[in-house]
Amino acid sequence: MVDVAERLEELWAEKPGLADFIGTVDHKRIGKRYLYTAIFFFVVGGLEASLIRLQLSHANLHFLNPELYDQIFTMHALTMIFLFVIPALSGFGNFVVPLQVGARDMAFPRLNAFGYWIFLMAGIFMSSAFIVGRAPDAGWFSYVPLSNAHFTPGVNTDFYTLGVIFISISSTAGAINFIVTIAKMRAPGMSINRIPLFCWGELAMAISSVFAFPALTLAALMLELERRLGFHFFDIGKGGDPILWQHLFWIFGHPVVYIIILPALGITASVIPTFARRAMIGYAWVVLGEMAVALLGFGVWVHHMFSVGLPAISLSMISITSFVITIPSGIVVLAWIATIFSGRIIRKTPMLFILGFILIFVIGGLSGVMFAAIPFDQATTDSYFVVAHFHYVMAGGAMFPIFAGIYYWGPKMTGRVLNEFWGKVSFWIMFVGFNVGFFPMHITGLMGEPRRVYTYQPGLGWDVWNMIETIGVFIFSVGALITLINWWWSAKHGELAGNDPFGGETLEWGTTSPPPHYNFEHIPTIRSRHPVWDQPELRGGDQPIEAGGRALDDAHVTLSTSLLDARPQALIHMPHESGYPFALSMSLLVFFFGLLSGFLVVVGVGGLFAAASVVGWLWPRGQTQET
Amino acid sequence: MIDARGPAEHGIVSLWWLMLVLACAVFLLVCVMIAGGLIRSRHLSPDEPLPEASWGGPFIAIVGVAITGPILVFVFVLSLRVLRADAASTPKSALSVHVTGHDWWWQARYPNGAQTANEIHIPTGQRVRIVLDTVDVIHSFWVPQLGPKTDLIPGKRNSMWIEAASPGRYRGQCAEFCGFQHAHMIFYVIADRPGAFRTWERNEARPLMQPTSAIAKRGEQIFLSTTCAQCHAIRGTPADATVGPDLTHLAGRRTIAAGTLQNDPGDLSDWIRDPQAEKQGALMPSAPLSQTDIDAVVAFLEGLH
Amino acid sequence: MTIGTLDTGVPGESLPDFATGSRSFSWWGMVLLICTEATLFGLLIASYFYLRFRGGVVWPPDGIAKPTLSTVSVMTPILLLSSVPVHLGEHAVRKGHMIRARFAFLLGWLMGATFLLIQLVKEYPDTLKLFTPRTDVYGSLFFSLTGLHGLHVFVGLLMSLWIQVRLWKGAFTPERHVSVQNFTLYWHFVDVVWIFVFGTIYLSPHF
Repeated sequence: MVDVAERLEELWAEKPGLADFIGTVDHKRIGKRYLYTAIFFFVVGGLEASLIRLQLSHANLHFLNPELYDQIFTMHALTMIFLFVIPALSGFGNFVVPLQVGARDMAFPRLNAFGYWIFLMAGIFMSSAFIVGRAPDAGWFSYVPLSNAHFTPGVNTDFYTLGVIFISISSTAGAINFIVTIAKMRAPGMSINRIPLFCWGELAMAISSVFAFPALTLAALMLELERRLGFHFFDIGKGGDPILWQHLFWIFGHPVVYIIILPALGITASVIPTFARRAMIGYAWVVLGEMAVALLGFGVWVHHMFSVGLPAISLSMISITSFVITIPSGIVVLAWIATIFSGRIIRKTPMLFILGFILIFVIGGLSGVMFAAIPFDQATTDSYFVVAHFHYVMAGGAMFPIFAGIYYWGPKMTGRVLNEFWGKVSFWIMFVGFNVGFFPMHITGLMGEPRRVYTYQPGLGWDVWNMIETIGVFIFSVGALITLINWWWSAKHGELAGNDPFGGETLEWGTTSPPPHYNFEHIPTIRSRHPVWDQPELRGGDQPIEAGGRALDDAHVTLSTSLLDARPQALIHMPHESGYPFALSMSLLVFFFGLLSGFLVVVGVGGLFAAASVVGWLWPRGQTQET
Repeated sequence: MIDARGPAEHGIVSLWWLMLVLACAVFLLVCVMIAGGLIRSRHLSPDEPLPEASWGGPFIAIVGVAITGPILVFVFVLSLRVLRADAASTPKSALSVHVTGHDWWWQARYPNGAQTANEIHIPTGQRVRIVLDTVDVIHSFWVPQLGPKTDLIPGKRNSMWIEAASPGRYRGQCAEFCGFQHAHMIFYVIADRPGAFRTWERNEARPLMQPTSAIAKRGEQIFLSTTCAQCHAIRGTPADATVGPDLTHLAGRRTIAAGTLQNDPGDLSDWIRDPQAEKQGALMPSAPLSQTDIDAVVAFLEGLH
Repeated sequence: MTIGTLDTGVPGESLPDFATGSRSFSWWGMVLLICTEATLFGLLIASYFYLRFRGGVVWPPDGIAKPTLSTVSVMTPILLLSSVPVHLGEHAVRKGHMIRARFAFLLGWLMGATFLLIQLVKEYPDTLKLFTPRTDVYGSLFFSLTGLHGLHVFVGLLMSLWIQVRLWKGAFTPERHVSVQNFTLYWHFVDVVWIFVFGTIYLSPHF
């Protein structure tokens, strides 16, 4: 059926050149951009981490002064959370989800492009704070009153408030896109009990995001109004309350942990069956577990505030939910290890990263349950024990799956397999480095080392452990660097991947590597939860019409299917390349810089251009009829 | 924290060891299952289909819910017991110390009018109530060996109790990020036997010890006539400002600048000359004094027992 | 192949090349946008009550009089009733009565604009004589909650304009009108939110 491929190519291909480079709406291109940009910020965040570790490697060092140290540790958190982990996982989601559900693109391709550009602009916005030497320095949690205009009068915290509002736009847009894509664009036959587990992870993350980001946006908005326009929300003297900030921040701040970890669990659940050569045991348990985690994640925020002096009854309630959330998380882990135990494990690099991840995540999870015990939390909160804990769940817990994803889906993205030897070397160095770097933080925390100190005194027994931590973090960096070089090198010189280098079960392995612009020549019909394993025709890279495939080669359309059982309902016209998402996000960058600098002219110019971009975006062209 | 020296912390440490044992058991299970899978895999042929694993669902249900659930309930109940003990109120007769957080030092006031900074004396063997306030940002009161931490929050008066079983000098530090010198907001809880404590408390409530030497007298004059007195109080003199620590009995303290420096003539003189060099961002300005004047002030202050 | 459908490639199968309601992507997008916006309002309203009940016995504080209901009792019915023409407009589009729909949406727009106008030229100036956002936490909450809602009304008015222009250009048919549906959803949402904002800001201080 060469003519189908030709017609689809004509409909879906993007032209080379600047216009389509900026205007691209191809989820694969956008996904890779998310990933590459996130990796760039990973390097930035890693450099910040190295500076922190150098400063803390020994007692009483003056390598960084407190002013600089505060900026760097704040930016380290902001960079790693908002500019590396969340967008990197969004990058995999963007690239993989439409392929796994058998769609031609994301539900809202231009919104998708917009989400990426906003992420980039917000990254530029926040990073530019270093250029002017006024990066946020009140911590990523920016507790008031420390972060108000009285105690931090500079623009440092304005970079923070405006920056997080800016990036929230991107995350919310991305989340809505994921939900609709997974809900409405699944290939015919992919009923709700056949959704790949990675998509479930992304879906749970996206649902969480829709309800969590408004809390951050609101808190940051209130803080900015208080700082700049003299409003009062947190100011005791005018009837406000600093605790309100903590509530709002952690109503976002705890779910965001799950927003980070759920897609990582999704990667894990994608990799394990492939390399255990068997389907995930307890599919329904895993799905319900992840959904329960996403839901319960909204009921545990107060355990970040156990030492605030809240009434014992609220502490106990939150303590219960914090214990209970262990059960669904535990179920997910048990399903993995049962699958591993009963499988035939193939020890390739993606699987090594996942096995390493499981150990790290379990350690982080176990230290996490301990915080549910109120008195223990009150003793260890704000100590290095917490730093150890959340680096195990959020840093190791996200980074190891991200690296697994690079080795697992990298071949799908570039068409070439990453070098296996250097992959394994990289894994072992990272795994050893991570544990050497972060495990001792449990110990110094229990010894009484508080968080966020720019230095400490000698003679407390903290020096040795801190030196070990620093060494570990540098070892880890070397390992990570090896993968980045491996990825770059293998993309050019690696072995050709073929459609399915690892023998995966999900649909992305049923098309070429890299996939064509239109993803699948024929949108396949799914008859199993493991389509590529159970439907031999997909292993050939295409499901012809005789086997139930749908070409959809008459127009630039994709299929809308029903929510639960994925019956075909309609064909949706998809938008073409557009420069407006880029124009709008550029205008918003100007707008936000205007707000930051206080120059109303700049605000006005940014606002006008933004309005013009929206008009251009929505202006009906060509076909004026509603689709 | 592990090195508990008081009843509040003892309960927490027992809780910790219990949770650690449980956590190790879970971690071991995960390791065994993964190792088991890896070892078994060596003996499985790629050509034969894998055996059914119908035990998977029940395994998840039993281990994940039926076993984990009761364990969690057990730990929860235990943690509430520790919490109840830690949160219990102190007897009415208990000593109550009023601690106020400042950027970046701790003010401690006693019911008998004694006032000190960064070195909080308590009697051993009894619960001492700590009432917590802040004049600026959020701080957190934490003595790892003696008990949990409690935040100092604007507009909200928190309190907690601490008790030291035996005499000693217990290091504490601010645990909530509070700006530039969060790292140097250190304090000590000094537990003395009740008799020694009462002596200390009585002495601490007295006005200053009048300087006797000529140089110390000159130091007092300089102190009272320059910027020093605009921020510090010395009871018994006209200096009664409350911005910086009360210095009435400064010589009785072992450290200055919230645990940053030793309280000896050398450190004190460096501190007065250029506080920013020792503790960047500290709210104390450099004193516009000559070295001889500083020496006099140091002589005066080091006589304030 | 019939008009309004496209072949899928499967012999004999064709599907409509448009969608409305839950078959359409954009309808789901709008529902989710409303979810996230509703959370935003919900949290702001929760903050209002948190700050009200955290200590003060007297509310509004600082001797500010309880909010007067005279102006807002005119504004509220105008906004809430504007949902009626918007609803009828959508209904008319679905039935193919495009002329009727034009008038209905125009009426809905005028009512929304009237609400916003009264807020800007009467309610806010009157209120600013009593207190400002800088006065205290009460003033900040008053203006941020009503202001955030007003901003949503403004966005709704812009969306309405977009719908009306396209209606005049004949973009919609009884089958193809998902944008109309989405706008209608949004407008109803803005109205429903006002019930909560009104209850919080104007009614709750009286109790």
